Amino acid sequence: MAVAEKTPEVAAVPAAARRKRSFRPRYPAWLTAPSLLYYTVFFLGPMAILVAFSLATQQGFGSLRYGFDTSQYRQITSSLYLTIFERTLLMAAVGTLLTIAVGYPVAYWMARYLSTYKMLALLLVVVPFWTSFLIRTYALKIILDPHGYLAQDLGINVLYTKYAVGVGLVYNYLPLFILPVFASLERMDWTLIEAATDLGARPFTAFREITLRLTLPGVVTGGLLVFIPMTGEYIIPNILGGGNYEFVGNVIGDQFNQAQNQPFGSALSIGLMAALSVFVIAYILVATKEEQFGA
Amino acid sequence: MRRRRRLTAKHGFTAWAVVVYAFLFLPILVMALFAFNKPSAAALAGFHGSNICSLPPDQIGNITVWNGFTSCWFSAGLHDPTFIPAIVVSLQIAAEAAVISTVLGLCAALALARMKPRLRAPFDALVYLTLVVPEIVIAVASLIFFVQARNNFHAFPSLGKATILIGQVVFNASVAMLIIRARFVGMGDTLEEAAYDLGSGPLATFRQVTLPRLMPAIVAAALLSFTFSFDDYVLPAFTNGTTNTWPIVLYSAVRFGLTPAVNALATIMLGVTLAAVVITAVILRRSRVRVGPGQVTAPGLDAALGLR
Repeated sequence: MAVAEKTPEVAAVPAAARRKRSFRPRYPAWLTAPSLLYYTVFFLGPMAILVAFSLATQQGFGSLRYGFDTSQYRQITSSLYLTIFERTLLMAAVGTLLTIAVGYPVAYWMARYLSTYKMLALLLVVVPFWTSFLIRTYALKIILDPHGYLAQDLGINVLYTKYAVGVGLVYNYLPLFILPVFASLERMDWTLIEAATDLGARPFTAFREITLRLTLPGVVTGGLLVFIPMTGEYIIPNILGGGNYEFVGNVIGDQFNQAQNQPFGSALSIGLMAALSVFVIAYILVATKEEQFGA
Repeated sequence: MRRRRRLTAKHGFTAWAVVVYAFLFLPILVMALFAFNKPSAAALAGFHGSNICSLPPDQIGNITVWNGFTSCWFSAGLHDPTFIPAIVVSLQIAAEAAVISTVLGLCAALALARMKPRLRAPFDALVYLTLVVPEIVIAVASLIFFVQARNNFHAFPSLGKATILIGQVVFNASVAMLIIRARFVGMGDTLEEAAYDLGSGPLATFRQVTLPRLMPAIVAAALLSFTFSFDDYVLPAFTNGTTNTWPIVLYSAVRFGLTPAVNALATIMLGVTLAAVVITAVILRRSRVRVGPGQVTAPGLDAALGLR
């Protein structure tokens, strides 16, 4: 009955009559107009100018001529910038895998073994977010400082290296990964594990065949959720890498701050988005496939 | 045998969780602890004033090790000529961003939630795009856009508070829309249907039925938007002109030298936030909301975390 009323034929009936027969409260489509207008002007506008800038020609300091100059893009493919792109994607990938390795067991622990204190444990994961990102990164810098205890007493002197950047990435993005993975573990039916072990599966086999498979979509989503901002990371490489280990984001920033080569900075930005879009498209393909097979 | 193995697995996970929580909180404890740190002995030896916390960043020596206890950084931080104005600017922008983003997000969420998927898809794609594009890219694109807009239209604000706000609302409106829409879809439309059946008009239904039930999501969206805006460095760093926000002041302090006064202010702010959360949690616990037949829920934590 309810399904029949939703068929397109009903749409032809006048609004008043329709309300009587089947209720489908709808808000007018023009309510999307303010945000649509906002996104068009202040998001698509800047993006369009970015593309125009990336194809413009730099003429002296700060003045440029619009055109179709692809030399900026050719410059990206020089080995210097390819190395930075490679480093950024590699570091973000390693950072994401480390975040998964560190965070998944914590989310699993909360979902599987906690009951009374589950919400408190979750809250504690979020508390670091209430302290400024910069302050937390600075506190890591204090801990890793070459004059600090870690370096002087334990001989772990890693500040301004890729290891410090890696620690910073995992530290700052860990909560962002734990939350969605916890949400997917929370929906797990643990009796499936009991059934599997009762039927003779070893605990690890049961975990691999059931828990991991059921929560994989959550892990992939959470992974992407931290991978994307990691590739655009600007602050962590600056503070913990000390300029020795720059990401693409830092090079883009430099083109606008110091070098004043805005066309090249714009081309780098487009390049970064192109690199990212590969991962996002792959994710969308995987996600729709999952949906089709009802996982 | 099996019983014992499960117990050890649980212990293993608990131990790992303890280690990870320690990792998460160690830097925050360090921040709070080092707000009470004295300048180094070498720096103090050459200092003849009365207030050791008046030493500038380049003369306090090594403050990454513990030099002794002092509480004077708290008053030094609160009286710093740059810190408090920057915090006020950040609070103001964050409040404005929260209101504008939530209103935009609410309007869009209401219309989109019950729109046909085919009509909705382009808007959704746009929203996800604003979330996926790295912030540094949005920052530099906004910078050149704002400069061009100012050059061509004199009514457009020059770089400053207004441009920071304009840029931040893009991302925050998307987040707000997703949070509010998730709640709106999850609510179903039975209560609205009942209100209509009882003769309530569309506006009255919205005001008396829909809006109150959406409130937890609206509050969560506004809070999240406020937090994102207040803590945002990258976008303001490029679109600020000469305006200093708190993260911008912090960043230059972290890069070019700071005193424990910064730790002191950060510690105060964390304390205020924690107190606010505890108070909110207590209030929410008292006003548990009945969501559906037999379904009682405390709006707040899980909604605020976006788990719903």
